[in-house]
Amino acid sequence: MLIKQLSVFVENRPGRLSSITKLLGENDVDIRALSIADTRDFGILRLIVNNPDKALEVLKGADYSVTLTNVIAIGIEDKPGGLAKAMEVLYQNGISVEYMYAFISKTDNTAFVILRVENSENAADVLQKNGIKLLTSEEIYKM
Amino acid sequence: MPKYWNESIECATPYEMQALQSFRLSQTVRRVYENVPYYRKRMDENGVKPEDIKSVADLSKLPFTVKQDLRDTYPYGLFAVPMSEVVRLHASSGTTGKQIVVGYTENDIEIWKEVIARAITAAGGGKDDFIHVSYGYGLFTGGLGLHYGAEKVGATTIPVSVGNTARQITIMRDFGSTILCSTPSYALYLAETLKEMGVDKSELKLKAGIFGAEPWSEEMRAEIQEKLGIKAYDIYGLSEIMGPGVAFECEDQSGMHISEDHFIPEIIDPDTGEVLPDGVQGELVFTCITKEAFPLIRYRTRDIAVLERGQCRCGRTLVKMLKPRGRTDDMLIIKGVNVFPSQIESVLLSLGNTSPHYQLIVDRVNNNDTLEIQIEISPEMFSDTVKNLEEQENIIKAAVESTLGIAAKIRLVEPKTIARSEGKAVRVIDKRKK
Repeated sequence: MLIKQLSVFVENRPGRLSSITKLLGENDVDIRALSIADTRDFGILRLIVNNPDKALEVLKGADYSVTLTNVIAIGIEDKPGGLAKAMEVLYQNGISVEYMYAFISKTDNTAFVILRVENSENAADVLQKNGIKLLTSEEIYKM
Repeated sequence: MPKYWNESIECATPYEMQALQSFRLSQTVRRVYENVPYYRKRMDENGVKPEDIKSVADLSKLPFTVKQDLRDTYPYGLFAVPMSEVVRLHASSGTTGKQIVVGYTENDIEIWKEVIARAITAAGGGKDDFIHVSYGYGLFTGGLGLHYGAEKVGATTIPVSVGNTARQITIMRDFGSTILCSTPSYALYLAETLKEMGVDKSELKLKAGIFGAEPWSEEMRAEIQEKLGIKAYDIYGLSEIMGPGVAFECEDQSGMHISEDHFIPEIIDPDTGEVLPDGVQGELVFTCITKEAFPLIRYRTRDIAVLERGQCRCGRTLVKMLKPRGRTDDMLIIKGVNVFPSQIESVLLSLGNTSPHYQLIVDRVNNNDTLEIQIEISPEMFSDTVKNLEEQENIIKAAVESTLGIAAKIRLVEPKTIARSEGKAVRVIDKRKK
Protein backbone atom coordinates (compact mmCIF):
# COMPACT_ATOMS: atom_id res chain seq x y z
CA MET A 1 0.00 0.00 0.00
CA LEU A 2 3.04 2.26 0.12
CA ILE A 3 4.08 4.42 -2.79
CA LYS A 4 7.66 5.39 -3.60
CA GLN A 5 8.19 9.10 -3.75
CA LEU A 6 11.36 10.71 -5.09
CA SER A 7 12.83 13.57 -3.11
CA VAL A 8 15.43 15.71 -4.84
CA PHE A 9 17.64 18.38 -3.26
CA VAL A 10 17.38 21.54 -5.35
CA GLU A 11 19.37 24.70 -4.83
CA ASN A 12 17.55 27.97 -5.25
CA ARG A 13 19.15 28.99 -8.51
CA PRO A 14 17.64 29.67 -11.91
CA GLY A 15 17.24 26.68 -14.21
CA ARG A 16 17.33 23.87 -11.67
CA LEU A 17 13.72 22.75 -12.08
CA SER A 18 13.99 23.10 -15.80
CA SER A 19 16.96 20.78 -15.99
CA ILE A 20 15.47 18.14 -13.67
CA THR A 21 12.14 17.97 -15.49
CA LYS A 22 13.87 17.98 -18.85
CA LEU A 23 16.09 15.08 -17.79
CA LEU A 24 13.08 13.08 -16.61
CA GLY A 25 11.19 13.84 -19.82
CA GLU A 26 14.07 12.70 -22.00
CA ASN A 27 14.10 9.42 -20.13
CA ASP A 28 10.36 8.79 -20.53
CA VAL A 29 9.59 9.33 -16.89
CA ASP A 30 6.04 10.59 -16.49
CA ILE A 31 5.28 12.82 -13.52
CA ARG A 32 2.01 12.02 -11.71
CA ALA A 33 2.20 14.57 -8.94
CA LEU A 34 4.73 16.93 -7.42
CA SER A 35 5.29 19.45 -4.69
CA ILE A 36 8.14 21.63 -3.52
CA ALA A 37 9.11 22.45 0.02
CA ASP A 38 11.16 25.60 -0.09
CA THR A 39 13.47 27.46 2.24
CA ARG A 40 15.50 30.53 1.45
CA ASP A 41 18.46 28.68 -0.02
CA PHE A 42 17.21 25.32 -1.14
CA GLY A 43 14.11 23.28 -1.77
CA ILE A 44 13.11 19.66 -1.76
CA LEU A 45 11.28 18.61 -4.89
CA ARG A 46 8.98 15.68 -4.22
CA LEU A 47 7.77 13.65 -7.16
CA ILE A 48 5.42 10.77 -7.78
CA VAL A 49 6.28 9.23 -11.15
CA ASN A 50 5.36 6.20 -13.24
CA ASN A 51 8.77 4.58 -12.79
CA PRO A 52 10.50 5.70 -9.56
CA ASP A 53 13.45 3.29 -9.81
CA LYS A 54 14.36 4.49 -13.26
CA ALA A 55 13.94 8.13 -12.24
CA LEU A 56 16.23 7.52 -9.26
CA GLU A 57 18.90 6.04 -11.48
CA VAL A 58 18.68 8.85 -14.04
CA LEU A 59 18.88 11.59 -11.40
CA LYS A 60 21.72 9.94 -9.51
CA GLY A 61 23.57 9.54 -12.78
CA ALA A 62 23.33 13.30 -13.23
CA ASP A 63 24.79 13.89 -9.73
CA TYR A 64 21.58 14.97 -8.01
CA SER A 65 21.07 14.27 -4.33
CA VAL A 66 17.98 12.12 -4.47
CA THR A 67 16.30 9.62 -2.20
CA LEU A 68 13.19 7.41 -2.21
CA THR A 69 10.66 7.85 0.58
CA ASN A 70 7.58 5.74 1.31
CA VAL A 71 4.35 7.71 1.28
CA ILE A 72 0.67 6.78 1.14
CA ALA A 73 -1.85 7.87 -1.44
CA ILE A 74 -5.53 8.07 -0.62
CA GLY A 75 -8.48 8.60 -2.90
CA ILE A 76 -11.34 10.79 -1.69
CA GLU A 77 -14.48 12.13 -3.21
CA ASP A 78 -13.86 15.50 -4.86
CA LYS A 79 -16.43 17.50 -2.89
CA PRO A 80 -16.47 19.81 0.15
CA GLY A 81 -15.58 17.90 3.31
CA GLY A 82 -14.00 14.99 1.39
CA LEU A 83 -10.56 15.51 2.86
CA ALA A 84 -11.85 16.35 6.31
CA LYS A 85 -12.95 12.77 6.92
CA ALA A 86 -9.51 11.35 6.28
CA MET A 87 -7.85 13.99 8.44
CA GLU A 88 -10.28 13.28 11.24
CA VAL A 89 -9.32 9.58 11.18
CA LEU A 90 -5.63 10.42 11.42
CA TYR A 91 -6.24 12.94 14.19
CA GLN A 92 -8.37 10.50 16.23
CA ASN A 93 -5.57 7.96 15.97
CA GLY A 94 -2.83 10.35 17.00
CA ILE A 95 -1.06 10.29 13.61
CA SER A 96 0.55 13.54 12.59
CA VAL A 97 1.19 14.51 9.00
CA GLU A 98 4.70 15.68 8.02
CA TYR A 99 3.42 17.04 4.71
CA MET A 100 0.86 16.34 2.05
CA TYR A 101 -0.15 17.42 -1.40
CA ALA A 102 -3.08 16.64 -3.67
CA PHE A 103 -3.99 16.13 -7.29
CA ILE A 104 -7.26 15.30 -9.04
CA SER A 105 -8.17 12.47 -11.33
CA LYS A 106 -8.47 12.90 -15.05
CA THR A 107 -11.40 10.49 -15.31
CA ASP A 108 -13.81 10.39 -12.40
CA ASN A 109 -14.76 12.55 -9.49
CA THR A 110 -11.88 11.52 -7.25
CA ALA A 111 -9.14 13.58 -5.66
CA PHE A 112 -5.90 12.01 -4.52
CA VAL A 113 -3.80 13.03 -1.60
CA ILE A 114 -0.18 12.01 -1.00
CA LEU A 115 0.60 11.82 2.70
CA ARG A 116 3.88 11.54 4.50
CA VAL A 117 3.49 10.45 8.11
CA GLU A 118 5.85 9.14 10.72
CA ASN A 119 4.70 5.50 10.49
CA SER A 120 3.26 4.89 7.05
CA GLU A 121 2.20 1.28 7.59
CA ASN A 122 0.26 2.01 10.70
CA ALA A 123 -1.42 5.00 9.06
CA ALA A 124 -2.33 2.89 6.03
CA ASP A 125 -4.02 0.29 8.27
CA VAL A 126 -5.98 2.85 10.23
CA LEU A 127 -7.20 4.64 7.12
CA GLN A 128 -8.31 1.43 5.42
CA LYS A 129 -10.15 0.24 8.51
CA ASN A 130 -12.08 3.49 8.44
CA GLY A 131 -13.13 3.06 4.85
CA ILE A 132 -10.67 5.41 3.19
CA LYS A 133 -9.50 4.11 -0.16
CA LEU A 134 -5.76 3.65 -0.51
CA LEU A 135 -4.11 3.52 -3.88
CA THR A 136 -1.57 0.84 -4.76
CA SER A 137 1.62 1.75 -6.50
CA GLU A 138 0.40 0.00 -9.67
CA GLU A 139 -2.68 2.18 -9.73
CA ILE A 140 -0.58 5.30 -9.42
CA TYR A 141 2.03 4.29 -11.97
CA LYS A 142 -0.63 3.34 -14.56
CA MET A 143 -2.76 6.37 -13.96
CA MET B 1 63.52 -3.21 1.27
CA PRO B 2 65.71 -0.60 2.97
CA LYS B 3 64.02 1.53 5.58
CA TYR B 4 66.09 4.62 4.83
CA TRP B 5 67.46 5.93 1.58
CA ASN B 6 70.48 7.58 3.21
CA GLU B 7 70.80 6.32 6.75
CA SER B 8 73.98 8.16 7.74
CA ILE B 9 72.27 11.49 7.01
CA GLU B 10 68.69 10.67 7.98
CA CYS B 11 69.80 9.26 11.35
CA ALA B 12 72.83 11.52 11.97
CA THR B 13 73.52 12.80 15.48
CA PRO B 14 72.71 16.47 16.12
CA TYR B 15 76.43 17.17 16.36
CA GLU B 16 77.16 15.58 12.98
CA MET B 17 74.27 17.41 11.35
CA GLN B 18 75.26 20.80 12.73
CA ALA B 19 78.86 20.37 11.65
CA LEU B 20 77.75 19.51 8.13
CA GLN B 21 75.25 22.38 8.03
CA SER B 22 77.77 24.90 9.34
CA PHE B 23 80.32 23.93 6.74
CA ARG B 24 77.84 24.03 3.88
CA LEU B 25 76.26 27.28 5.09
CA SER B 26 79.55 29.19 5.25
CA GLN B 27 80.46 27.96 1.75
CA THR B 28 77.09 28.95 0.33
CA VAL B 29 77.12 32.39 1.90
CA ARG B 30 80.56 33.05 0.49
CA ARG B 31 79.44 31.89 -2.93
CA VAL B 32 76.30 34.02 -3.09
CA TYR B 33 78.19 37.05 -1.79
CA GLU B 34 80.67 36.67 -4.63
CA ASN B 35 78.26 35.72 -7.40
CA VAL B 36 74.97 37.49 -6.71
CA PRO B 37 75.12 41.30 -6.58
CA TYR B 38 71.70 41.42 -4.95
CA TYR B 39 72.81 39.35 -1.95
CA ARG B 40 76.09 41.25 -1.66
CA LYS B 41 74.24 44.54 -1.56
CA ARG B 42 71.81 43.27 1.09
CA MET B 43 74.59 41.83 3.25
CA ASP B 44 76.64 45.01 2.94
CA GLU B 45 73.61 47.08 3.94
CA ASN B 46 73.23 44.88 7.02
CA GLY B 47 76.94 45.02 7.80
CA VAL B 48 77.41 41.26 7.43
CA LYS B 49 80.52 39.80 5.79
CA PRO B 50 80.77 36.19 4.56
CA GLU B 51 83.44 35.50 7.22
CA ASP B 52 80.90 36.39 9.94
CA ILE B 53 78.94 33.27 9.05
CA LYS B 54 80.89 30.37 10.49
CA SER B 55 78.16 28.13 11.86
CA VAL B 56 74.43 27.57 11.98
CA ALA B 57 74.29 29.79 15.06
CA ASP B 58 75.28 32.76 12.85
CA LEU B 59 72.34 32.25 10.50
CA SER B 60 70.17 34.91 12.13
CA LYS B 61 72.73 37.60 11.21
CA LEU B 62 71.72 37.27 7.58
CA PRO B 63 68.88 39.30 6.08
CA PHE B 64 65.66 37.56 4.98
CA THR B 65 64.69 37.01 1.38
CA VAL B 66 61.02 37.41 0.49
CA LYS B 67 58.93 36.64 -2.57
CA GLN B 68 59.06 40.28 -3.64
CA ASP B 69 62.86 39.99 -3.95
CA LEU B 70 62.32 37.19 -6.45
CA ARG B 71 59.94 39.37 -8.41
CA ASP B 72 62.29 42.37 -8.27
CA THR B 73 65.16 40.31 -9.69
CA TYR B 74 62.99 38.43 -12.21
CA PRO B 75 64.01 36.44 -14.17
CA TYR B 76 67.63 35.56 -13.38
CA GLY B 77 68.80 38.14 -10.86
CA LEU B 78 69.26 35.68 -7.96
CA PHE B 79 70.97 32.94 -9.97
CA ALA B 80 74.41 32.17 -8.55
CA VAL B 81 75.90 30.37 -11.56
CA PRO B 82 76.27 31.34 -15.24
CA MET B 83 73.24 30.28 -17.26
CA SER B 84 75.46 27.83 -19.16
CA GLU B 85 75.53 25.75 -15.96
CA VAL B 86 71.74 25.74 -15.62
CA VAL B 87 70.15 22.58 -17.04
CA ARG B 88 66.51 23.12 -16.04
CA LEU B 89 64.06 25.92 -15.28
CA HIS B 90 60.77 25.70 -13.41
CA ALA B 91 58.29 28.48 -12.68
CA SER B 92 55.71 28.99 -9.98
CA SER B 93 52.12 29.08 -11.10
CA GLY B 94 51.78 32.69 -10.07
CA THR B 95 48.46 32.06 -8.30
CA THR B 96 49.34 34.65 -5.68
CA GLY B 97 50.99 37.18 -7.95
CA LYS B 98 53.47 37.48 -10.80
CA GLN B 99 55.24 34.27 -11.71
CA ILE B 100 58.77 33.56 -10.55
CA VAL B 101 61.40 31.41 -12.21
CA VAL B 102 63.89 29.04 -10.56
CA GLY B 103 66.86 27.15 -12.02
CA TYR B 104 68.82 23.97 -11.36
CA THR B 105 72.34 22.82 -12.24
CA GLU B 106 72.99 19.18 -12.96
CA ASN B 107 74.07 18.74 -9.36
CA ASP B 108 70.92 20.50 -8.08
CA ILE B 109 68.84 17.95 -9.99
CA GLU B 110 70.84 15.17 -8.32
CA ILE B 111 70.08 16.64 -4.89
CA TRP B 112 66.42 16.90 -5.76
CA LYS B 113 66.32 13.24 -6.82
CA GLU B 114 68.05 12.33 -3.55
CA VAL B 115 65.52 14.11 -1.34
CA ILE B 116 62.57 12.67 -3.24
CA ALA B 117 64.16 9.22 -3.01
CA ARG B 118 64.22 9.66 0.78
CA ALA B 119 60.51 10.52 0.73
CA ILE B 120 59.56 7.56 -1.45
CA THR B 121 61.63 5.18 0.68
CA ALA B 122 59.99 6.55 3.83
CA ALA B 123 56.59 5.85 2.25
CA GLY B 124 57.63 2.23 1.79
CA GLY B 125 58.46 2.60 -1.90
CA GLY B 126 61.33 0.98 -3.76
CA LYS B 127 62.39 -0.60 -7.02
CA ASP B 128 59.52 -3.07 -7.05
CA ASP B 129 56.92 -0.32 -6.97
CA PHE B 130 54.86 1.21 -9.74
CA ILE B 131 54.76 4.91 -9.00
CA HIS B 132 51.81 6.71 -10.55
CA VAL B 133 52.64 10.42 -10.81
CA SER B 134 49.44 12.45 -11.11
CA TYR B 135 51.01 15.82 -10.41
CA GLY B 136 51.11 18.18 -13.37
CA TYR B 137 54.17 17.87 -15.56
CA GLY B 138 55.69 21.02 -16.91
CA LEU B 139 56.84 24.22 -15.27
CA PHE B 140 55.19 23.12 -12.02
CA THR B 141 57.77 21.24 -9.94
CA GLY B 142 55.36 18.52 -8.76
CA GLY B 143 55.33 16.17 -11.74
CA LEU B 144 58.97 16.17 -12.78
CA GLY B 145 60.16 16.34 -9.17
CA LEU B 146 58.43 13.11 -8.13
CA HIS B 147 59.19 11.57 -11.51
CA TYR B 148 62.97 11.85 -11.25
CA GLY B 149 62.95 10.74 -7.62
CA ALA B 150 60.83 7.70 -8.50
CA GLU B 151 63.29 6.72 -11.21
CA LYS B 152 66.15 7.28 -8.77
CA VAL B 153 64.81 4.63 -6.40
CA GLY B 154 64.44 2.33 -9.40
CA ALA B 155 60.65 2.22 -9.31
CA THR B 156 58.62 1.71 -12.48
CA THR B 157 57.54 5.29 -13.02
CA ILE B 158 54.22 6.11 -14.70
CA PRO B 159 54.12 9.77 -15.81
CA VAL B 160 50.33 10.14 -16.02
CA SER B 161 50.22 13.86 -15.13
CA VAL B 162 46.85 15.47 -14.37
CA GLY B 163 43.45 15.09 -15.99
CA ASN B 164 41.34 12.42 -17.66
CA THR B 165 40.43 10.79 -14.40
CA ALA B 166 38.66 7.78 -15.89
CA ARG B 167 41.77 6.95 -17.90
CA GLN B 168 43.92 7.36 -14.78
CA ILE B 169 41.84 4.72 -13.06
CA THR B 170 42.11 2.33 -15.99
CA ILE B 171 45.88 2.83 -16.00
CA MET B 172 46.02 2.34 -12.26
CA ARG B 173 44.16 -0.94 -12.55
CA ASP B 174 45.82 -2.28 -15.71
CA PHE B 175 49.40 -1.18 -15.01
CA GLY B 176 49.23 -2.12 -11.34
CA SER B 177 50.12 1.26 -9.77
CA THR B 178 51.19 0.78 -6.15
CA ILE B 179 51.99 4.35 -5.08
CA LEU B 180 49.94 7.39 -6.08
CA CYS B 181 51.53 10.84 -6.09
CA SER B 182 49.05 13.73 -6.41
CA THR B 183 47.43 16.58 -4.55
CA PRO B 184 45.23 15.31 -1.70
CA SER B 185 42.13 16.88 -3.26
CA TYR B 186 42.80 15.03 -6.50
CA ALA B 187 43.20 11.77 -4.54
CA LEU B 188 39.70 12.27 -3.14
CA TYR B 189 38.38 13.10 -6.57
CA LEU B 190 39.92 9.87 -7.87
CA ALA B 191 38.27 7.96 -5.04
CA GLU B 192 34.87 9.41 -6.00
CA THR B 193 35.36 8.62 -9.64
CA LEU B 194 36.37 5.09 -8.70
CA LYS B 195 33.06 4.68 -6.95
CA GLU B 196 31.16 6.09 -9.90
CA MET B 197 32.91 3.78 -12.34
CA GLY B 198 32.00 0.87 -10.09
CA VAL B 199 35.65 -0.06 -9.56
CA ASP B 200 36.28 -1.46 -6.11
CA LYS B 201 39.49 -0.40 -4.38
CA SER B 202 40.39 -4.10 -4.06
CA GLU B 203 40.81 -4.23 -7.84
CA LEU B 204 43.74 -1.82 -7.48
CA LYS B 205 47.17 -2.59 -6.09
CA LEU B 206 47.61 0.80 -4.47
CA LYS B 207 49.28 0.63 -1.06
CA ALA B 208 50.44 4.18 -0.43
CA GLY B 209 50.06 7.75 -1.60
CA ILE B 210 52.42 10.70 -1.42
CA PHE B 211 50.31 13.83 -1.32
CA GLY B 212 51.28 17.49 -1.22
CA ALA B 213 51.20 20.90 -2.92
CA GLU B 214 48.24 22.03 -0.81
CA PRO B 215 47.41 21.99 2.89
CA TRP B 216 45.22 19.11 4.08
CA SER B 217 43.86 18.04 7.43
CA GLU B 218 44.17 14.83 9.44
CA GLU B 219 40.49 14.20 8.77
CA MET B 220 41.09 14.42 5.05
CA ARG B 221 43.97 11.99 5.47
CA ALA B 222 41.68 9.53 7.24
CA GLU B 223 39.14 9.84 4.46
CA ILE B 224 41.70 9.24 1.69
CA GLN B 225 43.17 6.27 3.56
CA GLU B 226 39.76 4.74 4.02
CA LYS B 227 38.41 5.36 0.54
CA LEU B 228 41.51 4.23 -1.34
CA GLY B 229 42.63 1.62 1.18
CA ILE B 230 46.14 3.07 1.37
CA LYS B 231 48.49 4.78 3.77
CA ALA B 232 48.69 8.49 2.93
CA TYR B 233 52.00 10.33 3.37
CA ASP B 234 52.42 14.07 3.34
CA ILE B 235 55.19 15.71 1.36
CA TYR B 236 56.20 19.35 1.48
CA GLY B 237 58.10 21.65 -0.76
CA LEU B 238 58.07 24.88 -2.67
CA SER B 239 59.64 25.70 -6.02
CA GLU B 240 61.67 28.55 -4.58
CA ILE B 241 63.58 26.12 -2.35
CA MET B 242 63.59 23.02 -4.55
CA GLY B 243 60.10 21.72 -5.27
CA PRO B 244 58.50 18.75 -3.50
CA GLY B 245 60.80 16.83 -1.20
CA VAL B 246 62.01 19.63 1.08
CA ALA B 247 60.28 17.64 3.84
CA PHE B 248 58.56 14.26 3.86
CA GLU B 249 56.60 12.05 6.16
CA CYS B 250 57.64 8.65 7.54
CA GLU B 251 55.42 5.74 8.63
CA ASP B 252 54.90 7.42 12.01
CA GLN B 253 52.82 10.16 10.29
CA SER B 254 53.74 12.58 13.04
CA GLY B 255 55.18 15.47 11.08
CA MET B 256 57.47 15.81 8.08
CA HIS B 257 61.23 15.25 8.27
CA ILE B 258 63.10 18.13 6.68
CA SER B 259 66.14 17.22 4.58
CA GLU B 260 68.07 19.66 6.74
CA ASP B 261 71.43 18.67 5.29
CA HIS B 262 70.24 20.65 2.24
CA PHE B 263 67.70 23.10 3.65
CA ILE B 264 68.11 24.64 7.10
CA PRO B 265 64.73 25.52 8.62
CA GLU B 266 63.97 28.29 11.12
CA ILE B 267 60.70 29.43 12.65
CA ILE B 268 60.24 33.16 13.04
CA ASP B 269 57.66 35.54 14.37
CA PRO B 270 56.08 36.82 11.12
CA ASP B 271 55.63 40.31 12.58
CA THR B 272 59.01 40.93 14.19
CA GLY B 273 61.28 38.52 12.29
CA GLU B 274 62.59 37.22 15.60
CA VAL B 275 63.69 33.55 15.62
CA LEU B 276 61.38 31.41 17.76
CA PRO B 277 62.34 28.31 19.74
CA ASP B 278 61.42 24.77 18.68
CA GLY B 279 57.85 23.88 19.50
CA VAL B 280 56.51 27.38 18.94
CA GLN B 281 54.33 28.09 15.94
CA GLY B 282 55.50 30.70 13.47
CA GLU B 283 56.54 31.34 9.89
CA LEU B 284 58.81 28.78 8.31
CA VAL B 285 62.07 30.09 6.82
CA PHE B 286 64.53 28.06 4.73
CA THR B 287 68.15 28.51 3.74
CA CYS B 288 69.49 26.38 0.89
CA ILE B 289 73.00 25.20 1.70
CA THR B 290 73.83 22.93 -1.23
CA LYS B 291 71.99 24.37 -4.18
CA GLU B 292 74.16 25.89 -6.86
CA ALA B 293 71.88 27.67 -9.32
CA PHE B 294 69.27 29.22 -7.04
CA PRO B 295 70.35 29.11 -3.42
CA LEU B 296 67.91 31.19 -1.40
CA ILE B 297 69.10 32.57 1.92
CA ARG B 298 66.61 32.80 4.79
CA TYR B 299 63.62 32.63 2.46
CA ARG B 300 60.33 33.41 4.15
CA THR B 301 57.86 30.75 2.97
CA ARG B 302 54.72 32.35 4.52
CA ASP B 303 53.80 28.83 5.69
CA ILE B 304 52.88 28.58 9.35
CA ALA B 305 54.48 25.56 11.06
CA VAL B 306 56.15 24.21 14.19
CA LEU B 307 59.55 22.46 14.40
CA GLU B 308 60.16 19.41 16.54
CA ARG B 309 63.58 17.93 17.24
CA GLY B 310 64.65 14.58 18.66
CA GLN B 311 64.66 11.04 17.40
CA CYS B 312 61.42 9.99 15.72
CA ARG B 313 59.90 6.56 16.30
CA CYS B 314 61.01 5.73 12.75
CA GLY B 315 64.63 6.20 13.84
CA ARG B 316 65.28 9.36 11.84
CA THR B 317 66.78 12.37 13.57
CA LEU B 318 66.01 14.85 10.79
CA VAL B 319 64.08 17.72 12.36
CA LYS B 320 60.32 17.48 11.84
CA MET B 321 57.90 20.19 10.79
CA LEU B 322 54.35 19.71 11.91
CA LYS B 323 51.86 20.08 9.09
CA PRO B 324 51.61 23.66 7.93
CA ARG B 325 48.53 25.11 9.59
CA GLY B 326 48.01 27.30 6.60
CA ARG B 327 49.87 30.13 5.00
CA THR B 328 50.22 33.64 6.24
CA ASP B 329 48.70 34.65 2.91
CA ASP B 330 45.91 31.99 3.13
CA MET B 331 44.93 33.25 6.50
CA LEU B 332 41.68 35.14 6.43
CA ILE B 333 40.94 37.83 8.90
CA ILE B 334 37.19 37.78 9.41
CA LYS B 335 35.72 40.18 11.97
CA GLY B 336 39.22 40.51 13.36
CA VAL B 337 39.60 36.76 13.91
CA ASN B 338 42.36 34.77 12.18
CA VAL B 339 40.79 31.92 10.24
CA PHE B 340 42.55 29.22 8.25
CA PRO B 341 40.46 27.26 5.74
CA SER B 342 42.06 24.08 7.14
CA GLN B 343 40.34 24.71 10.50
CA ILE B 344 36.96 24.75 8.82
CA GLU B 345 37.80 21.61 6.88
CA SER B 346 38.64 19.86 10.16
CA VAL B 347 35.32 20.87 11.66
CA LEU B 348 33.36 19.64 8.66
CA LEU B 349 35.10 16.30 8.47
CA SER B 350 34.87 15.74 12.21
CA LEU B 351 31.07 15.78 11.94
CA GLY B 352 31.22 12.51 10.07
CA ASN B 353 28.53 12.82 7.46
CA THR B 354 29.48 16.05 5.73
CA SER B 355 31.35 16.00 2.45
CA PRO B 356 34.88 17.38 2.22
CA HIS B 357 33.82 19.63 -0.64
CA TYR B 358 33.37 23.13 0.62
CA GLN B 359 34.06 26.70 -0.27
CA LEU B 360 34.26 29.77 1.90
CA ILE B 361 32.72 32.96 0.62
CA VAL B 362 33.90 36.00 2.51
CA ASP B 363 32.25 39.31 1.86
CA ARG B 364 31.67 42.67 3.46
CA VAL B 365 28.12 43.91 3.88
CA ASN B 366 27.56 47.35 5.47
CA ASN B 367 31.15 47.30 6.78
CA ASN B 368 30.59 43.94 8.44
CA ASP B 369 32.52 40.89 7.39
CA THR B 370 30.38 37.91 6.49
CA LEU B 371 31.39 34.29 6.14
CA GLU B 372 29.34 31.84 4.18
CA ILE B 373 30.35 28.19 4.03
CA GLN B 374 29.00 26.33 1.05
CA ILE B 375 28.99 22.58 1.51
CA GLU B 376 28.01 19.99 -1.01
CA ILE B 377 25.27 17.83 0.37
CA SER B 378 26.39 14.22 0.83
CA PRO B 379 24.06 11.23 0.39
CA GLU B 380 24.34 10.60 4.15
CA MET B 381 23.12 14.09 4.93
CA PHE B 382 20.20 14.28 2.56
CA SER B 383 16.80 13.45 3.87
CA ASP B 384 13.30 14.08 2.68
CA THR B 385 12.30 16.75 5.17
CA VAL B 386 13.30 20.38 5.43
CA LYS B 387 13.37 20.01 9.21
CA ASN B 388 16.19 17.45 9.08
CA LEU B 389 18.26 19.46 6.64
CA GLU B 390 17.88 22.60 8.71
CA GLU B 391 18.93 20.66 11.79
CA GLN B 392 22.09 19.55 10.00
CA GLU B 393 22.83 23.14 8.99
CA ASN B 394 22.45 24.16 12.61
CA ILE B 395 24.80 21.44 13.83
CA ILE B 396 27.48 22.57 11.37
CA LYS B 397 26.88 26.21 12.25
CA ALA B 398 27.29 25.52 15.95
CA ALA B 399 30.44 23.44 15.43
CA VAL B 400 32.03 26.15 13.26
CA GLU B 401 31.13 28.86 15.73
CA SER B 402 32.54 27.01 18.70
CA THR B 403 35.82 26.36 16.85
CA LEU B 404 36.35 29.72 15.19
CA GLY B 405 34.50 31.98 17.55
CA ILE B 406 32.68 33.68 14.69
CA ALA B 407 29.30 33.09 13.13
CA ALA B 408 29.01 31.62 9.68
CA LYS B 409 26.11 31.14 7.36
CA ILE B 410 25.85 27.55 6.18
CA ARG B 411 24.55 26.93 2.72
CA LEU B 412 24.02 23.42 1.44
CA VAL B 413 24.60 23.07 -2.28
CA GLU B 414 24.03 20.30 -4.80
CA PRO B 415 26.68 17.59 -5.29
CA LYS B 416 29.57 18.40 -7.64
CA THR B 417 28.71 22.06 -7.97
CA ILE B 418 31.78 23.40 -6.17
CA ALA B 419 34.59 23.69 -8.70
CA ARG B 420 36.89 20.65 -8.57
CA SER B 421 40.15 21.70 -9.98
CA GLU B 422 42.18 18.71 -10.94
CA GLY B 423 45.10 20.44 -9.29
CA LYS B 424 44.52 22.65 -6.31
CA ALA B 425 41.13 23.08 -4.72
CA VAL B 426 39.73 26.62 -4.63
CA ARG B 427 38.66 26.95 -1.00
CA VAL B 428 38.19 30.64 -0.58
CA ILE B 429 36.46 33.36 -2.51
CA ASP B 430 37.17 36.64 -0.81
CA LYS B 431 34.92 39.27 -2.31
CA ARG B 432 36.35 41.95 -0.05
CA LYS B 433 39.48 42.13 -2.19
CA LYS B 434 39.41 44.71 -4.88
